Parts: sequence; C-alpha cells; structure tokens
Amino acid sequence: MKVLICGISGAIARKLALTLLEKGHQVAGIDVRPWRSAPPGVEVHTVDLRKRAAEDVFRKFRPNAVVHMATVTSLVVSGEERYRINLGGTQAVFEHCRAYDVEHCVFVGRHTYYGAGPDVALYHTENEPPHALGKFPELSDLVAADLFAANALWRLPQLCTSVLRICYTLGPSGQGTLGTFLRGRAVPMVFGFDPLFQFLHEDDVAQALLLTLEKRPRGVFNVAGPQPLPLTNVAREAGRMTIPLPEFALALALGRGGLPSLSSGAVQHLKYPVVIDAKVFKKAVGFDHRYDELETIRDFARAFPSGGQTGTHGMTS
Amino acid sequence: MSDSHDSIDARLDRLELPFNARGVDPYGISKDHLRTWFKFFGFLYRTYFSVHSHGHENIPKRGRAMLIGNHSGGVALDGAMVVAGSFLELDPPRLAQGMAEKFINAMPFASTWTSRVGQLTGLPEHAQRLLEDDRLLMVFPEGAKGTAKLYKERYSLVDFGTGFMRLALKTKTPIIPLGFVGGADAIPTIANSKLLGKLVGAPYVPITPWLLALPRPAPCEVHYGAPLIFSGTGNEDDEVIVRYVDEVKARIAELIERARDTRRKRKKLLPLGGDK
Repeated sequence: MKVLICGISGAIARKLALTLLEKGHQVAGIDVRPWRSAPPGVEVHTVDLRKRAAEDVFRKFRPNAVVHMATVTSLVVSGEERYRINLGGTQAVFEHCRAYDVEHCVFVGRHTYYGAGPDVALYHTENEPPHALGKFPELSDLVAADLFAANALWRLPQLCTSVLRICYTLGPSGQGTLGTFLRGRAVPMVFGFDPLFQFLHEDDVAQALLLTLEKRPRGVFNVAGPQPLPLTNVAREAGRMTIPLPEFALALALGRGGLPSLSSGAVQHLKYPVVIDAKVFKKAVGFDHRYDELETIRDFARAFPSGGQTGTHGMTS
Repeated sequence: MSDSHDSIDARLDRLELPFNARGVDPYGISKDHLRTWFKFFGFLYRTYFSVHSHGHENIPKRGRAMLIGNHSGGVALDGAMVVAGSFLELDPPRLAQGMAEKFINAMPFASTWTSRVGQLTGLPEHAQRLLEDDRLLMVFPEGAKGTAKLYKERYSLVDFGTGFMRLALKTKTPIIPLGFVGGADAIPTIANSKLLGKLVGAPYVPITPWLLALPRPAPCEVHYGAPLIFSGTGNEDDEVIVRYVDEVKARIAELIERARDTRRKRKKLLPLGGDK
C-alpha cells in the first residue's frame, strides 16, 4: 500500500511512517517542518499542504491511503493563520483525495471537539455535537475541520473516510497538548477544580492509526485507551508540583514564571473534563492499548524529568 | 449481614468498583476521597443523626438498581445519608451514585468532591451509563423542588419527574423505593432565599429559625421497600409512564408513613416536640 502522511514530521507521524515501512508499505510525507533523519525509504516533501507543490506529491506518488495529521492547536499557531492551516489544509487534502483517486483518507482529529463545561456529560459518544464552543473559540477551526472531514462521508462516497477523534497523547516525545502542558516543573490548576484527563501513549496512537489503515473503518470514531485520571494524579505521577490559582489569577499567570502558555479558552478544560467512549473504534479495528495510564505517564516523565523545559512544540494532541 | 461497624478502610476494600492501582475508577471516583467522605458522613449517619435503616436488604448486592426516594426537606441530607447507608449497612458495601444538581459542578471544591465520590451531574447520559455499568443509581424525582420543601410540608411529595421511569424500562432496572424522614427536623426550612442563592450560584438558600442551614442532630429514619420491576421499552405513551410513576410515588408515600411510625416508637427525645 502507498501511504501519504500529511504532517509527517510530528512524533507520532514518524512512528507511523517507520512502522509502515517495516511492514513493507511505501511511505511519503508532507510537512513544512523538515524530517532530517528520515530513513531513505520515506519520501519527505518539505512543502505547505495548501500549495501547488503538495498537489504534485499527490499526483506523482498516487497514494492509496492518506493520513491527515497536519492540523495545529492554539498552542502552536494563533489567529487567522491557524484557521487557514486547519481548514484550508483539510479542504486541500480532501480535494486532492478526490482528484487523484485515493481509496482511504484518515483525518486525525481531537477529542477536544466535544468541549467541556459544568453540564457536559462524561464519556462522549461519536453522535454528540460539540459543546460549549463559545467558551473556547480557539477550538472552532479544529471543530470545523472535523465536521468538514466528516461530511466527506456523504460528499465523496467513493472515498473511504475515517474521522478519528483521539484523546490527548503522551509519551517520550513530550509533544502534544498534554505533553507541552506537563513539561515544566509546575502544573497550573484552577483553584477548586481537578478535571479528569484522558490520554493515550504515543506508541498506542501510532498502532491505532496503523490498524485504521489496515481495517479501513468508514465513519467517525473516538480513539482512547486506558481510563482517565484526575489532573492532580497525572501531575503527581509525573513528579510535578501543582499550583492551584483562582481562575482570574491563572489567566494572568499563564505563560509567565515557567508556567505553560494557554489560550484563555483552554482554562475551561482545566475546570471540566473531556472524556470519550472509544468502544466503537475498539470493536471496529480490534484496537487495545499496550500502555496503561500510569505506564504512559512514567514513560513521559523518564524523558522529561521534573524541572524540564516548557516548550510549545505541540503539533498534534 | 456483616458487622456494619467494621472500619471504613475494610469496607472500602470490599467496595466492588474497578479501581486502578492508584485507587481511581473510570469515572474518577477516588478511594482516598471516599475514605474522607465516609469518615465524615459515617459519623453523621451513626452518631449525629443516628439514622435507623430498615429494609436495606432489598437493595441488590450486585448489578444495576435504582434507589428512588423522597426529599425530606432542607438541603439534600437524605441523599448523603442514603449514600452513607448503602456503604455502611450493605455487605458487600455499595456506592449509591446520585445525580447532583448542575450548579454544583460549577462551584469550586464542590465540583471536585462530588466527582471524586461518584455523585455525577444529573444528566440522562450519566444515569444511563451508570446503569449499563451495573452501578447503584440514586434518584430523587422531586428534584430541587423537593429540597425546597418547607418544614410544614416535610412529609408531602411534590411532582415527580418521569425520566427515571423511562430509563428504568429502557435499561431493565429494578426500582428500590425508599421513604426518608428527619431531614426537615435537622434543617427546618422556614423560607427559601432566591437572592442569597443567586449570590452563591445556587437556585435558593434555605433559611432556618437559626438563619443558617446548619443541621442539628435530629434522628432520621429510612425505609426501603421491595424492588419494583416494570416491563416495557421506555418509549411508552406518557399516560402509561405517569401511571407507573404514580405507583412508585404511592409506594414511597407508604414508606414515609412507615418511617414516621417507627420513629414515633423510638424512645429518643425528639427535637420540636416529636413527630406529628
């Protein structure tokens, strides 16, 4: 199978590329970030997904399957540019899939699609709409990209589309929303709140993507593994100190004194949980996680012992 | 029935919930929080309110079940005592999981504590998922109108919601009716202040003769009835559902009368001159 990975320079995309290569598949990738240590078997094109050069990759490589991981969160890019990357990029991917007869497209989305709030239920299923988007407008472009990808299910009936809403990812790369949030010595919290966080080891995410490519399930799927944990437990297991601050003080303190940078809307996700039910996906592709929630945190903490750097490298969550 | 006075830790170890290695279950219920919670509410249950429980053997040892009861006034002391009773009186102990009012989850600390002890926000999705996971669900179909009852209305029942019945039919769940008395003696509400409620983010704040809703040590009584099993799909017409709900309501009214009767016979001196 010929697989094209959009956003190939992210940690999970690289793992997926290497696994596919090992299994004898042909792999190519597109990313504006270079992957200098890419093995010779992987074609990496350092181009913008929205430009003509990216379409040329589709035309020449003629992939059977495309994995679209080239979306960004508000941690990485702010304002209009994020909107253009997430929506423009997703639109380009599906347009090229249609034009170049791609058989299967996997959209890698996020579980934060569902939103968080005091009256939002735990364990969202795939048929729920997004909630509380008004409180976290920086998520709207990712939600729109997810919905645009999902409408390919009826708009492009010849293309098998898998829309994955993956929970937070964590692992030795330290990438992703949760990894970035936990990198520093201290974890900021909203005073009086301790939401559940649900996460999957990055190796398990790569495995879930591989199974999706192999089984080609059509539809929208939540992807998660082990049970969620309260944020205080996550911080404690990672050897981090928690700093509970009143909501107004937290909004002022973020990004200062070694605390991670978050958009003001993200504070909502430090008060209320986003937890998904992944039963349908597990059944559809036979996925089961290899790392439980504690092993996953330990693996992250070994790579980023307490006192590590706070970075903003997150590309996928 | 085993000795209900064995330690909280021993009971926690026998609680049949899927805790992970750190004592947290998939809903975020935490053994550490339960320990503190039951130490406090166990004291209230056994000593401060000396709750007398009858018929708790009607609660299944395992599997899905719905405890349906009345609010006896004041704040939801009755709910807290039923949760404590399910943990302290049953063997193996069970965690009754109530449906908390939505405003609670928006309040600092209350949000965390209710979540850590399994009292999730009152949403149909939560209720259905808990039953499908074979948990013990506790519902007060009178809702906030039930806790707002004044002292003089303490033995009455206000309108019941019907959602619990549709859910019981859909999930084929037995209903264990319960009648609770004593809450209004502990917190005799003479008025409800909506203005104070607005200030603290609640629908109202009960006002007592001593102003604050601090409970005094009034004896409480709870009677559980035999399981009621209704058959259907949950998609029945409203008149069918209302008829079933009325059956449950009538059974709860009987249990309240029985609880009043047994409490009358208790020799303990009752505040406010005894039951009327």
